[in-house]
Amino acid sequence: MPELTRRTALTATAALAAGAVAAPRAAAEDHHHASPDSFDEVYRGRRIQGRSTGGHHGGYRVTVDGVELHVMRNADGTWISVVSHYDPVPTRRAAARAAVDELQGARLLPFPAN
Amino acid sequence: MTVRKNQATLTADEKRRFVAAVLELKRSGRYDAFVTTHNGFIMADTDNGERTGHRSPSFLPWHRRFLLDFEQALQSVDASVTLPYWDWSTDRTPRASLWGPDFLGGTGHSRDGRVMDGPFAADTGNWPINVRVDGRTYLRRALGDGVRELPTPGEVESVLSMATYDMPPWNSASDGFRNHLEGWRGVNLHNRVHVWVGGQMATGVSPNDPVFWLHHAYVDKLWARWQRRHPDSRYVPAAGTPQVVDLDETMRPWNDVRPADLLDHTRHYTFDTA
Repeated sequence: MPELTRRTALTATAALAAGAVAAPRAAAEDHHHASPDSFDEVYRGRRIQGRSTGGHHGGYRVTVDGVELHVMRNADGTWISVVSHYDPVPTRRAAARAAVDELQGARLLPFPAN
Repeated sequence: MTVRKNQATLTADEKRRFVAAVLELKRSGRYDAFVTTHNGFIMADTDNGERTGHRSPSFLPWHRRFLLDFEQALQSVDASVTLPYWDWSTDRTPRASLWGPDFLGGTGHSRDGRVMDGPFAADTGNWPINVRVDGRTYLRRALGDGVRELPTPGEVESVLSMATYDMPPWNSASDGFRNHLEGWRGVNLHNRVHVWVGGQMATGVSPNDPVFWLHHAYVDKLWARWQRRHPDSRYVPAAGTPQVVDLDETMRPWNDVRPADLLDHTRHYTFDTA
C-alpha cells in the first residue's frame, strides 16, 4: 500500500477489525499482478483499488469496497468518476478518493454495463 | 409563445405551478426517464470516442433539445409553465430566493448532505431518488462546499467574447467558446456550477436535482447571447468529423434533429430579457 499514512493505517486497522474489507491475502495476490499505476489502499475506512484488467484494449478497473466505480480519462490526462463528474482530478486514485469523500459512507451501486 | 424567465422574477403563483408540474412528472415516472437518459450519455461521451451530449460541439444543441423535451413534458401537465433560468453570476449565494422553501429548498445538512426543506426534501415523500449511483435515496446538496465561488459576470463576459464556436479536437481539450462555457478549460462556467451545488448535481445523475434545468436554461441563454454577439460565427464542425456531430448530422437519442435545427431558439421560446 503506497502512500500509507498513519491516519489511513489506523483507519485500515479499524476497518479490518470490523471485517469491512477483504482479507490481506487477497490484497497481496492482487499486488502480484499489479501494473505500475495500480493501487490498493484503505481510504477513510473504504477499500479502494485500481488495477489493469489486461486485454488488448488496456482495460482498467477501479472499485470501492469491491464495487466498480465508473471512471473516465480526459484528453489532458485528468480523471473524473460518475459520482464526481464535473471536477477533474490528476489520477484514478484521486478519483477513487474523491468518490469515497462524496459517498460519506454510502455504498456504491454497480453501474449498468454498456 | 413560451417565454423563459429569470427565476428571481417569478411570482409566487409561477413558482407554485412550476413545482407542482415537476412533482407530477416525478409521480408519474416521466421525470426519472430524463435522469436515466442524461446519465447514459454522460457515461458514454468520451474525448476520444463518440461524444454527443457532453465534451463536444453538440453539448449546447443537445442540451437545448433535452430541455425542450422536459419543458414540453411540464407543459403537458400545466400549459402555463415554462423553464425558468438561474443566472448564477448574479444570484450567487445560498441566500438567493432560488433556494427558498417555497421554491427549490436550501442546502443540505452538514452531516449527510440531506436537503431538509422545500418541496423536494426527502421528508415530503414526493422526491425519491430512484436513478442513482449509490445507496442514498434522498436529495443532497452542499452549496458552496465543493468550490467556494460561482462564476462572476466578468468571467461570463470573458467567455462570451470568444468568437470561435469550437475547435479541434472537438472535446474537453478544445479552445473556443463551447469548451470554455462547458468548463473543461479556462475560467470554468458550467462545470463549476455543478460542483458548487454539490450532491447529486455533481454526479452523472445530476438531473435528480431540479436546479439542473434552471442551470442549463441559463447556459442555453448564454449560447443565445453569444450568437447575437457574434453574428458571423457559426456552429462547427460543418461536415465529415468522425465521432462528432457535425452541423447537419442527426443527434442521438432523437435521431431526427440536427444542430442546424436548433441554432435559432426563437422557433421554440424567447427570453424575458436579452
